[in-house]
Amino acid sequence: MTAPRARSDISFTVNGEARTVSAQPMERLLDVLRNHLGLTGAKEGCGEGECGSCSVLMDGALVNSCLVPVLQAQGANLITIEGVAQKDQLRPLQQAFLDCGGAQCGICTPGFIMATCHLLSKKPQPTLEEIREGLSGNLCRCTGYAQILEAVQEAAARESAR
Amino acid sequence: MKTENIIGASVPRKEGRDKVTGRSQYIDDMTLPGMIYGATVRSTIPRGKIRNITFGPEVEWKEFVVVSAKDIPGKNCVALISDDQPCLADDVVNHPEEPILLLAHPNRHVLRKAVEAVSIEYDPLPALFTLEESEQPKQIIWGTDNVFKHYLIEKGDVDTVWSNADYIVEGEYTTGAQEQLYIENNGVIASFDPANGITLWGSLQCPYYVHKALMKLFHLPEDKVRVVQTETGGAFGGKEEYPSMIAGHAALLAMKSGKPVKIIYDRMEDMTATTKRHPSRTRHRTAVDRNGKILGGEIDFAVDGGAYTTLSSVVLSRATIHAGGPYYWPHVRIRAKAVATNAPPHGAFRGFGAPQSLFALERHMDRIAATVGISPIEIRRRNFLKTGQATTTDQIIHEPIDLDQLLERGLTLADYREKKERFRAENESVTHKKGIGIATFLHGAGFTGSGERYLASIVGLEGLADGRIRVLVSSTEFGQGTKTVLSQIAAEALGLPYDDVEVAQADTERVPNSGPTVASRTIMVVGKLVHSAAHGIQQTLVTAGYLRDGYTQEEFREACAKYVAERGELKSWARYEAPPNIFWDDEKYRGEAYAAYAWAVYIAEVTVDLTTYGVTVDDFVALQEVGRVLHPVLARGQITGGVAQGIGFALYEKVIWQNGRMLNGQMTNYIMPTSADLPPIRVYFEELGNVHGAYGAKGIGELPMDGPAPAIINAVADALGTPFDSIPLLPEDIFEAMSSRSERQTSRPPQGVR
Repeated sequence: MTAPRARSDISFTVNGEARTVSAQPMERLLDVLRNHLGLTGAKEGCGEGECGSCSVLMDGALVNSCLVPVLQAQGANLITIEGVAQKDQLRPLQQAFLDCGGAQCGICTPGFIMATCHLLSKKPQPTLEEIREGLSGNLCRCTGYAQILEAVQEAAARESAR
Repeated sequence: MKTENIIGASVPRKEGRDKVTGRSQYIDDMTLPGMIYGATVRSTIPRGKIRNITFGPEVEWKEFVVVSAKDIPGKNCVALISDDQPCLADDVVNHPEEPILLLAHPNRHVLRKAVEAVSIEYDPLPALFTLEESEQPKQIIWGTDNVFKHYLIEKGDVDTVWSNADYIVEGEYTTGAQEQLYIENNGVIASFDPANGITLWGSLQCPYYVHKALMKLFHLPEDKVRVVQTETGGAFGGKEEYPSMIAGHAALLAMKSGKPVKIIYDRMEDMTATTKRHPSRTRHRTAVDRNGKILGGEIDFAVDGGAYTTLSSVVLSRATIHAGGPYYWPHVRIRAKAVATNAPPHGAFRGFGAPQSLFALERHMDRIAATVGISPIEIRRRNFLKTGQATTTDQIIHEPIDLDQLLERGLTLADYREKKERFRAENESVTHKKGIGIATFLHGAGFTGSGERYLASIVGLEGLADGRIRVLVSSTEFGQGTKTVLSQIAAEALGLPYDDVEVAQADTERVPNSGPTVASRTIMVVGKLVHSAAHGIQQTLVTAGYLRDGYTQEEFREACAKYVAERGELKSWARYEAPPNIFWDDEKYRGEAYAAYAWAVYIAEVTVDLTTYGVTVDDFVALQEVGRVLHPVLARGQITGGVAQGIGFALYEKVIWQNGRMLNGQMTNYIMPTSADLPPIRVYFEELGNVHGAYGAKGIGELPMDGPAPAIINAVADALGTPFDSIPLLPEDIFEAMSSRSERQTSRPPQGVR
């Protein structure tokens, strides 16, 4: 039962770096990021695409990496939470999450920040309703979302001022 | 000396940068060399004798490490209050999902199949699934009467009041189980070696609870067990007692395999096997005069504790003491009990019993108001506790709390009177009915009764070689801001910049036992000790001639560094001592139940759509008196988060039970609020101060869990003119109630009125 299934070489770009992994094609992208590449910022909260803690950007689209077989990432351009800050310089939206109290226990935070990146790339100045809607695929049990929504509004203002 | 006020400022969260960059290391982000993975084989029936265990031929068992109860070197229990819960079931099982065997393998992906390949045969025994079944003991499943714990409060002589009453109002109220639903599931890593014993890393609230449990399970001395908290992705009480269980499991596998073992639950295992909020039932019978003044009452409170004692007795105690709420009861009898059923044990969840008994009371206050014919405002106003009056346990309220004024401010903020009037007029002609509801309540901070006295928490402060300060506590950070606020307190006390203070990782080898991180106690009780220990450091440096009074920050840093360089160590300790005027009589169950209470007025505005029977919360005002707000952003975050969980408790979160097992153990079918489901939560504070808390703080973590459910259900009742006394209240419940309303009104007298 433990004989390894066939592995393939799968290549993609992660946070601007070209990577090739040897993985089973049906392995979850989440496991490949965490276990093969050591990118543990994406978290598993539910394993069924409900909580959004494993969110990453794949060719600009927001995906739950727990639902993506790694073979689908062949040739893709992936951004994870580790690729959001520029070296030690936080992006304005990360700083806004810090300032506004958008991160409490922090386990959902990488997912929320990826969802926010995605939202702001589509709608640089979203309305409150668009923010609620844009983040409704991510669950947070700590904040009641109020301070996350404020962080996103603040981020939109700061990113546009950049 | 002081250049800035750190207390009251929203300084950056200590571990915030790591959290927004994805660098924080939670337990599943950690790997140890040679580490293997563990999984748990659990019972599939609610109660029975284990007859036979077989290992299916489809699995290569020699690759696995298998642990059973026989491998336990010490006592087979999860040590806590009572030792009745086994770490691994041996002969009998008492609930579904009870751990029986443990498996470990280097490849985590093969474990699920292996767990499924173990078949266990049972001789089933009759099981109990509800409070009511447990109460009529046709079966005894625990002790001699299925009761874990009783409490009785008798104040005055309630038997004398009934004949003087203008009204006697009765009601029965129930609340359901609620899953904590932290986004990070339970998880630990254990390693074992014969020389050093056990080291355990994990997602947990109370390192010393786990420490105590492992010592007993392995029969090891305290220096052979080390427990380290890793970054913890939410807890809410759900990681108070259960981590002792999973820690024992990983450590048993580590001992037998000789390798570090990681166990991480998946969501369904976490939801079906670990603790939830206790389901409850409250019966009120209240004597009131024609003006709505309470003459006295009887309150019968009961919770379903599940199969083992765990924390049920203390949850029950907090519920019992909060059952009278923020009102004056001249005469009252409160009978409370926690009973056994064959469900997984229910446990700690934010509020710890108080949300259950306060839901009942605040619904009941509206029922009394309706019976007497006065408004929900008036019924509360006429019965509020006042300074100088005594609670149900005869605790005199000394602080100058003015609940009338607090309520009035809440009403103004919510625009209550105007809305109430307008909704009544508009509701006639619409299918979207609007309503507005109030809850007024209190929450005691710190351990109940003599708890803090027994805990006798210890806090340390340490001067570092570079002149900075480290706080030594076992108090844990799991989102609330423990590290941030304790650092603020130390920095303010020493006149240092916030960045000059850090908090040590909660590691039993390095920090003293400052008590568990529960009961809204950390900032109030532990914070106060941090403050004392800071003064100790300062005095040591001054007395030893390293520092002058009126020092600058630079001078402090130099003095601290010099002291450490010359004398090797600069440490100061502070131990909790109960204030002289705080005394709780355990035997009589009476006295100062809490050193401080926070007070609150919550007001909810709802719309009920009579096409879908869905309820939307449109606006929410949360006004509370919390002593002093030490960090405005974090304090507000506690309130909005608690209110969101309270909205879930009231309207969304329903555990579906089948023979003691949760059927909907997934985020897809157990529904918690998303950002699209919640109203604006408007948070306001009043600050009276508190002599028992650091810089005047009271505990606030649990408070916001108490008020939302009754405020919302009172609003739904207001919108529809129909009482609802059970939560969660789902659309189908409203539909049923509305469909049968007309029949009920004609066939029965109005409920609860003499």
